[in-house]
Amino acid sequence: MIIQTDIAIVGAGPVGLFAVFEAGLLKMRCHLIDALPQIGGQLSEIYPKKPIYDIPGFPEVQAQTLVDNLRKQIEPFKPTFTLGERVDSLTRNDDGSFILTTTDGTAVHSKVVVIAAGLGSFEPRKPEVADLGRFEGRGVTYMVKDPELFRDKNIIIAGGGDSALDWTIHLANIAKSVTLVHRNESFRGAPDSAEKVSTLAKNGKINLLLSANLKALHGNGVIKAVEIEDKQKQLLKIDTDYLIPLFGLTPKLGPIADWRLNLDKNAIEVNTFDYATNVSGIFAIGDINTYPGKLKLILCGFHEAALMAQSAFHFVYPDQKASFKYTTVNGVNAF
Amino acid sequence: MADKDTISFDVQSSTGDVQRLELPDNINLSLMEVLKASEYPIPATCGGMALCATCHVEILKGVENLSTPSDTELDMIDTLPNAAANSRLACQIRLDHRLDDAVILLKG
Ligand SMILES: Cc1cc2nc3c(=O)[nH]c(=O)nc-3n(C[C@H](O)[C@H](O)[C@H](O)COP(=O)(O)OP(=O)(O)OC[C@H]3O[C@@H](n4cnc5c(N)ncnc54)[C@H](O)[C@@H]3O)c2cc1C
Ligand code: FES
Repeated sequence: MIIQTDIAIVGAGPVGLFAVFEAGLLKMRCHLIDALPQIGGQLSEIYPKKPIYDIPGFPEVQAQTLVDNLRKQIEPFKPTFTLGERVDSLTRNDDGSFILTTTDGTAVHSKVVVIAAGLGSFEPRKPEVADLGRFEGRGVTYMVKDPELFRDKNIIIAGGGDSALDWTIHLANIAKSVTLVHRNESFRGAPDSAEKVSTLAKNGKINLLLSANLKALHGNGVIKAVEIEDKQKQLLKIDTDYLIPLFGLTPKLGPIADWRLNLDKNAIEVNTFDYATNVSGIFAIGDINTYPGKLKLILCGFHEAALMAQSAFHFVYPDQKASFKYTTVNGVNAF
Repeated sequence: MADKDTISFDVQSSTGDVQRLELPDNINLSLMEVLKASEYPIPATCGGMALCATCHVEILKGVENLSTPSDTELDMIDTLPNAAANSRLACQIRLDHRLDDAVILLKG
């Protein structure tokens, strides 16, 4: 199935979200795609609980609250979302429209593409162990999208942060066996989760390996076993169906670099008239773009979204003229 | 050492190249800011709040001279796949004479 929309937005950070509002005022529909399983970009992934002080009209607002408010603000325009998938390719049809395709094969057909990709797509941090790449998608996975996939399977989780602990607890009831491998002797942060994990280990519900490190992966085609060096520096070979390394996420520019857009140091060069890129019909707004005087601020991204929408209108409604109206005069006319 | 007005230490990139950095001791910057200004590819996504770990370094020599890391810093380091015993976040280290003759490996 191909998703049809007026504007396909790559990235559901604050700027991509606000672009839905500006587009909506001009009667353009949007579909957003983000590699993260949740919306909000850097705000929800890196600093959800931090206060922001430079959003006009908000003397102080918590990052996650700003994201929640943006979600509410754009609701009237019924945006649709594909989350947890990275946009991998961008192709152009003869009629000038675009097709974006994700890692999971989702295709989005649109008249305009808006790249609001921030610092790039949030990708998993990977442990340094040989052959990891060879087993990706063949037993090695960095995200738990559907816990049912692990029902009655043997799994090894590596990592010591909140997500490693939380998934260990959650999957302990679903998987046949869970081994948690952590480099240190104890867990920092989230004391209740750490407590729960050690109780599970004491009751024999999970296998907990502390001061332990991944050393080698074995299998042919798919992963079959993982070699782990334990506290006593002994090598253990543990049979498994899955290895789930959970070491947090970090943004990587990724496939955008291959879309024939003019780049300057990992940022897309745009024209400040309407934040258009060198390819007609593709705009870039927010942290991903660069121009003389660029500041990577949320408020600048919001401004860029407003100007972008005026020009995007001509691609969506080639025969009409965009009329500029205040929301106070015209209201917000929901779809 | 304390009366010198420059601070100097070695920086080793992930590819193994070593470069000696020599800096005036009156600039109030973090090690992350100094490395960034010296054109090392450190994104410093969070701007120095110990939240992104893109400024992760390993202090190969001289870690004992540095101030002890805060809990927030240690929490962040603990989540990294490639952390070592002497791992630090460069944004949490002030540029001062305690860095003299240190050897810093970039890991972000
Ligand atoms: C700790 C910290 C504090 C900050 N404080 C402030 C502040 O006080 N005030 C301020 O104005 N700014 C602040 N910023 C900066 C602000 O967060 C950014 O300017 C803002 O997030 C940019 O929004 P964006 O929508 O352009 O990009 P992002 O928030 O980076 O979102 C981009 C999204 O695009 C997705 N993406 C990228 N490529 C792809 C792809 N190929 N496929 C699928 N998805 C993709 C990413 O996964 C990401 O979710 C701070 C940043 C940090 C890290
Ligand atoms: S710059 Fe983000 S942790 Fe140091």
